Amino acid sequence: MSTVPDNLRYASTHEWVHVEDDGIATVGISDHAQNALGDIVFIELPEAGTIVNSKDEVAVVESVKAASDIYSPVSGEILEINEELLDAAETVNVAPYDGGWFYKLKMSDAAELDDLMDADAYIKHCDAE
Amino acid sequence: MGQHTPLYQKHLDAGAKMVDFAGWDMPLNYGSQIDEHKRVRSTAGVFDVSHMTVVDISGDDAKAYLRKLLANDVEKLDAEGRALYSAMLNENGGVIDDLIVYRMSFGYRIVVNCATRSKDLAWMNSHSAGFDVALVEKPELAILAVHGPQSLDKVCAVLDQGQLYPVKTASINLLENFRGVELGNWFIARTGYTGEKGLELIFPEKEAPAFWDKLVAAGVHPIGLGARDSLRLEAGMNLYGHDMDEEISPLAANMEQTIAWQPEDRDFIGRSAVVRHRAEQAAGSMPRLVGLVLEQRGVLREGQRVLCDNGEGIITSGGFSPTLKHSIALARIPVNSHSCQADIRGTLTSVRIVKPNFVRFGKKVFE
Repeated sequence: MSTVPDNLRYASTHEWVHVEDDGIATVGISDHAQNALGDIVFIELPEAGTIVNSKDEVAVVESVKAASDIYSPVSGEILEINEELLDAAETVNVAPYDGGWFYKLKMSDAAELDDLMDADAYIKHCDAE
Repeated sequence: MGQHTPLYQKHLDAGAKMVDFAGWDMPLNYGSQIDEHKRVRSTAGVFDVSHMTVVDISGDDAKAYLRKLLANDVEKLDAEGRALYSAMLNENGGVIDDLIVYRMSFGYRIVVNCATRSKDLAWMNSHSAGFDVALVEKPELAILAVHGPQSLDKVCAVLDQGQLYPVKTASINLLENFRGVELGNWFIARTGYTGEKGLELIFPEKEAPAFWDKLVAAGVHPIGLGARDSLRLEAGMNLYGHDMDEEISPLAANMEQTIAWQPEDRDFIGRSAVVRHRAEQAAGSMPRLVGLVLEQRGVLREGQRVLCDNGEGIITSGGFSPTLKHSIALARIPVNSHSCQADIRGTLTSVRIVKPNFVRFGKKVFE
């Protein structure tokens, strides 16, 4: 069984978002996603400063199984990327919600969070796949 | 629900992620494919390959039949237990399957791929007319591959426990590569698909679960099909249906050395076609299977185009090499190509052409 923390919002494409009070969102991929991908070997991340729209392809995950696009669940400006993943992509397998975060972004439209799922809805979404 | 090997429940108990493989429910991995891969390169691992098809061939004409059926020559098998890798070709010189043939006390034993079972059996039966041979499939046999630097020691330690098995371990320790020994209804050979030292054990399926448990208790880790694929890719070994098939000449699949061209009067199926292919190869019109190395980030994958200075080719198998920590691939490219770029998701990336053999006995082997 994969882990689905209650305090995050989820996209149907398996990214998660954690929003702080200051409107800074942290983005990663879910435990379900890393488990489906298998061992992750490389991750391509966007550059800080990039403006992205929700559902844009922002990153690529190369696992032993396949290359997968990662879509930004929310719009905004990329403030910081997790550079540790460039040399240690397997962190996403081990800690998808902690050390395995992908990037932080200054959200431009807080209303987009309403389009994302809460933990219960995401669990149902994964079960239905 | 797919077919199950006698070890299906063992895989579930070990937490395997199961996948469909040609109609069989097989373990993809038991957690981490990369960890499993590294265990085989550093210690020992066990693969359940009981889904593969065993066919025993006996009768006065067994040798003559196989000398007709196979591109390699079983005449080379000058002692019981010896093994030979061969292609089985169609009349056009395409590869119907690749297989291992062992010389046995009763004749010969062939192990063919699971995905090609039906067509292989049909082909083998249809070409047995006129030969005094009996072809008997052996679905009641399990096949385990135990590979890694510690594999022989571990297997012998298990076999020695309480004299449970009709096997003299001294006879296994002394085996050279591509040689096997028949011990009662067990057959154990120094063959495999990883580029490591190891054994393949073919024995009654009812004995498989207990033997599996003893291996695991001895520290031999279960290895799934995912690591089986990355291990064979590092070893530069072909995978049927990917690196070659019925439309591909063995000369375009790095299998030239497995064709026994001598004696010239041996009329194996596909001979006239591969003789023609050899002329095409000499004229420079036959592509070749090479190794590709990508030393920067990114992963080469099957189906990606390869743009070479001498034309276009394609990656037939690709992936991440856990031993080398970068991507490697097998690719079929035009002859006399010296430089090439792989089309990785729309980005042309320079890759290095090497011999299709990357890792042996845990070590990098290409320049």
